[in-house]
Amino acid sequence: MSLRSDLIGEAVAIEPQHPWPRIRVDAETWRRAILGIASGQADLAGLWSDGAAVHLALAEHGTGALLVISLACPDGTFPSVGVTHPPAQRPERAIRDLWGLEPEAAPDPRRWLDHGRWGLRHPLGDRAPHDTTPDAYPFLRAEGPPMHQIPVGPVHAGIIEPGHFRFTANGETVVRLEERLGYVHKGIEGLMIGASLDRAARLAARVSGDSTVAFSLAFARAAEAALGVAVPRRAVWLRALMAELERLANHLGDFGAICNDAAFSLMLAQCGILRERVLRAARTTFGHRLMMDRIVPGGAAVDLADPAPLRALIADLRDAFPELIELYDATASLQNRTVSTGVLDRDLARHWAVGGPIGRASGRSFDARRSPGYAPYDELDFTVPVRTEGDVDARIWIRIEEIGVSLGLIEQILDRLPPGPVLRPFDPTVVGRTSGEDEGDSAARSREGIALVEGFRGDVLVWVRVDDDGHIARCHLRDPSVFQWPLLEAVIEGNIVADFPLCNKSFNCSYSGHDL
Amino acid sequence: MRKLLFESLLRRPLTEAPPRLDDAVLATLAGRLDAVARFRLGRSLSIRQVDAGSCNGCELEIHALGNSFYDLERFGLRFVASPRHADVLLVTGPVTRNMREALERTYVATPEPKWVVAVGECGFDGGEFAGSYAVLGGVSTVIPVDLHVRGCPPAPVALLEGLVALIETSA
Repeated sequence: MSLRSDLIGEAVAIEPQHPWPRIRVDAETWRRAILGIASGQADLAGLWSDGAAVHLALAEHGTGALLVISLACPDGTFPSVGVTHPPAQRPERAIRDLWGLEPEAAPDPRRWLDHGRWGLRHPLGDRAPHDTTPDAYPFLRAEGPPMHQIPVGPVHAGIIEPGHFRFTANGETVVRLEERLGYVHKGIEGLMIGASLDRAARLAARVSGDSTVAFSLAFARAAEAALGVAVPRRAVWLRALMAELERLANHLGDFGAICNDAAFSLMLAQCGILRERVLRAARTTFGHRLMMDRIVPGGAAVDLADPAPLRALIADLRDAFPELIELYDATASLQNRTVSTGVLDRDLARHWAVGGPIGRASGRSFDARRSPGYAPYDELDFTVPVRTEGDVDARIWIRIEEIGVSLGLIEQILDRLPPGPVLRPFDPTVVGRTSGEDEGDSAARSREGIALVEGFRGDVLVWVRVDDDGHIARCHLRDPSVFQWPLLEAVIEGNIVADFPLCNKSFNCSYSGHDL
Repeated sequence: MRKLLFESLLRRPLTEAPPRLDDAVLATLAGRLDAVARFRLGRSLSIRQVDAGSCNGCELEIHALGNSFYDLERFGLRFVASPRHADVLLVTGPVTRNMREALERTYVATPEPKWVVAVGECGFDGGEFAGSYAVLGGVSTVIPVDLHVRGCPPAPVALLEGLVALIETSA
């Protein structure tokens, strides 16, 4: 018996959530679930709240099947997850900031997303007025005589998102890095409440611009699961096509950018050309360079009229990319910077259930396309590259190999794209109801869905509750960065300050996706 | 590596022709740039980019300006690491409340004469995020804006048009 099936057996009630169940549990089962996750019996996939309860998503090992367990918080508190399982600490702090629910015995009392500048506390819960004087934020200390601190950000030197890094260094060696995020918190979950399905899809597409396809897909899949909407087969394949193009563009960008942070600008220039070609092909084929708003609940907003530009793109990349792999492989001065730099320990990667190329470079083979898996990947032939070194070099190689895998997937999709419509319009006030459900209060008639999608950065989780009139009651969007950012603090330890850009870029976490 | 470098000597550049400029944009900007500023800048502008809460979509396209197709630096435009070296602030995002002070301080740290270009629908009026408790809604709610480049995100060509217009009127 797995932890997941044990917990289902202990449920107080099973809620109608699709395609994986959500169970209501008592505090004892909640604690048991936490202990199970902390001892490695299942992976933590997300932790969020809707104000009335806290919800914890866990993924079963092997199958990747999800389970959401919910604990009601009638007195505004819940037993802390983070005190037992550290990956939950920041999500828990976010719940406290947004909803005002208190994690009992939580180890970190500092506010996380709330910097004291919103003019109110608990914007999604019981709002309390507050002036906009910023909160003090005591950083964790590193003790010892020769230490000095280096504060960086929120405005960084490059063209990147804002966040604050506090380094404590002993000479050149980083002793401690602490991140402070939340600067780009836009209140997306608040904007979601009461939004129409169309509006919510546009918001989901703007959670993290580089993962717009992945978030649109995850949101659409969650909404479709909630409403019981079947998507036309051609749309399912077109969505995968867009997702692979997005992965291709981002991995090319990252490959060039990581090398550039070791002052190897030739690679940035070459990868920049290839990335631009991908974006132009996306523009020609789907009408938008980043393919924003092209995936909608019910299918795809555009059809593929002419596959020729994409076929030409694949031919171009197949021609040009091997030379760049050779360039990386044969440049010892570059590898001198990347090999053995910023090592993410295998056990740490597993404990934090870190996804994407970061996890796969540290021996964690998880890929949401494989497990739990979703259409059309079950019909496609692809490998999931895994390495065990866990350094910057391994994260580069995973991306290089995944570029090859995505090229193969795009070819297969173009060869076998099914005919038919790409969008099935539906009425969100009607679909997804079984007959006789009209009785009872409207909360009982709400419909819930959850989806896990593999973006270029890792697994994107979206949970949505659609209310009686077809609007969004609650929606939680969890970027893979949530579990990746804290590990960056771990990998930089003992490296020199000058290697931080390399480590950071090889992680390439999202600020916007994290801050919401 | 030698092969790649050698090939790039023989190949024609990928860089595309400069965009045609919109007269209306030029006219708007001309009024804002006085002769003294034009003389001092001498057809060269340093740009400091500030993300004030964007989804990172605008940053991706701003990054693309540096690739071989758009080659921003041929116009005398370059990105700098500090506002103290900048003539132009290129600001994205709906301006989150958590970024307000950082944006204001960046503006103050930029020496005169200076211009502000607000990028994207968010930078214009908050875009999809307008109305949230956590955003102020548009760059002009915090600092004066000289030029808006709209789009979600604006394509690199649109960004190039705006920036080149700025330098043409300041020349």
